[in-house]
Amino acid sequence: MIRKPITRRMALAGMAGTAALAATSTRLRAAGQITVLNWQGYGTDEAWALELFKEKTGYDVVHDYFNSEQEMLTKLRTAPGAYDVVLINSIYVEAAASEGLIQPIDTSTIGHFGDLAPSLRDSERFVIDGQYNAIAWVWGVTSFAYSTERISERPSSIQALWDPAHAGKVGWRDDALESIQLGAIATGQDMNNPTDLDAIREKLMALGPQIKTFWSSEDEWNKYMAAGDYDIATYWSGSAARSKKAMGLPVEFVVPEEGAIGWFDGLCIAAGAPDPAGAASFINFMVDPEFYVRWDNEIGAPASANEQANMGLPEDAMNRAVLGDPEVVKRLQWMAPISDEQLQANQELWDEVKTSFVQ
Amino acid sequence: MDATGRRRWAIAGLTGPAYLWLALTVFLPLSAMFYFSFLTAAPIGGRESAFTLEHYIDFFTKSVYWFNARRSLELGVHVTLICILIGYPAALVLAKQISGRWREALFLLIILPFWSNALVRTFSWTMVLRGDGLIGRMINPLLPAGWEFDLLFTYPAIVIGLVHAYLPYAILTIYISLQAIDDSFIEAARSLGASRLKAFRRITLPLSIPGVLAGIFLIFVPVIGSFMEPRILGGKNAIMLGPIIENQFVTAFNWPLGSALSFIMLGIVLLVLAIASPVLRRHLSVG
Repeated sequence: MIRKPITRRMALAGMAGTAALAATSTRLRAAGQITVLNWQGYGTDEAWALELFKEKTGYDVVHDYFNSEQEMLTKLRTAPGAYDVVLINSIYVEAAASEGLIQPIDTSTIGHFGDLAPSLRDSERFVIDGQYNAIAWVWGVTSFAYSTERISERPSSIQALWDPAHAGKVGWRDDALESIQLGAIATGQDMNNPTDLDAIREKLMALGPQIKTFWSSEDEWNKYMAAGDYDIATYWSGSAARSKKAMGLPVEFVVPEEGAIGWFDGLCIAAGAPDPAGAASFINFMVDPEFYVRWDNEIGAPASANEQANMGLPEDAMNRAVLGDPEVVKRLQWMAPISDEQLQANQELWDEVKTSFVQ
Repeated sequence: MDATGRRRWAIAGLTGPAYLWLALTVFLPLSAMFYFSFLTAAPIGGRESAFTLEHYIDFFTKSVYWFNARRSLELGVHVTLICILIGYPAALVLAKQISGRWREALFLLIILPFWSNALVRTFSWTMVLRGDGLIGRMINPLLPAGWEFDLLFTYPAIVIGLVHAYLPYAILTIYISLQAIDDSFIEAARSLGASRLKAFRRITLPLSIPGVLAGIFLIFVPVIGSFMEPRILGGKNAIMLGPIIENQFVTAFNWPLGSALSFIMLGIVLLVLAIASPVLRRHLSVG
């Protein structure tokens, strides 16, 4: 285990929040225990799964959570040696690897490696100089879902979010990047390299009378949808499956004809992980159909990177019926990494758009 | 060692830990943030950073920032004003009309919002303010056609939530200064022929100004930086400098710009208070 004296980075972490605290608490680890860093409620922390994993391998799994990708990176930077497995969205893997926050994975330790979809598994986001920095885990789509109770005809176009019939009933995630990407798709542009930002700005400003309020978490989305604040709202495919199954909300997810945002997440082994072997067996367990099918059936999940796992789902499951359709996958635009400057420009544009709503 | 020397040591020994604590918890992080506000990027994770004034210039050249700074200041003025307008009469009644057990009971009721978690308190307001919420269900059937009570996700909802959160500050600070006023002053004024109103304007009000000012300081500053209440209660109307600063730290990862915006806000607050407090003091104490 790597122990570092308190450095300037540690001091920064203290200011940033609880990262340093998390580091010290997870350092008091028992033998046969691995630590996972992930979003809360995102598969790896299902109680039944951890019991099953313990049964199979003898490992206990403890969790620490992050609320944004930046927080995740900060935790890895400030608490080296605290984590074994970390979930990283594909567009952040390269940066994390070049910063030395994660280590290359020996693919022979991942039993299900051969079953993973090659397009995700061998993606240039994960494989750098022939080395696998992440194991493709799940993927999904960001577009929108609607209430089947309040909207009778299934909308097929992203323009439904701008439809005056839904004025004051639209939900939107308060996120600069996602907003601009959806704006790019709605104006027929490449979301990773939009050329006409003014068109996007104008399009987003037109949302003023449409939006009821912003959402920032799945929990909020469910609350607003259940309360009737939203008839139609931007959403994530995996969350839509959960809202439908676990929350019993009458919602359907749509991959519009204009396209949608595609994203995929990888599981990585942190640099200085105390138990890399345990980490590898946990990652293998996460792409195992046995875990995945139960996760999607009972809770609702994004699509698995393991094609065998998706085929194990019921035929009407969204992850098999909709996202398993190659025609749907063709419409997706996959997220590319983004520079700090672009991030800042996006934030400014989005703040301008939001300001226009109150002007 | 003589008595003065011993006293000096005692003072240093007793206040030292507090000052050290303040320096560690307030001064150090604040100075780090102040330092960040002049950098091109937060020096974390091996990023290159250089000195720049860009973030301060951005504030004055980009309308999105100063427009929202103005919104935050307006919110601060509205909330503070309403807190004082509601809090002053309440404090006056508590200090001068009620005594004994009733006063204790009322104090308990006033302090209750303090004891509840801010997030829980704010979410419970969403249930009250929404159109099909507690009030809406009662009064909407009675309202004429075209009128509807549905305050959630509006600017007034933000003001209501914040007034509820900060009203205890106003009542407590004003109560303390009213409590200290000797009743014999007012009795003397009354016996010399002053009306109740005149006695209030010439004696009670001027003597209670320190409490009012303390209340204004305590409420105005946190309100203009608030971001949780606007976001939950204000919906689309939440866009202000507080939430913008929050986003710079949480999503855009632009700590320098976030810090610069915070310090500009701090500067504006100090300026406003420096101008406002002597004016208020003079204006009100002349009566």
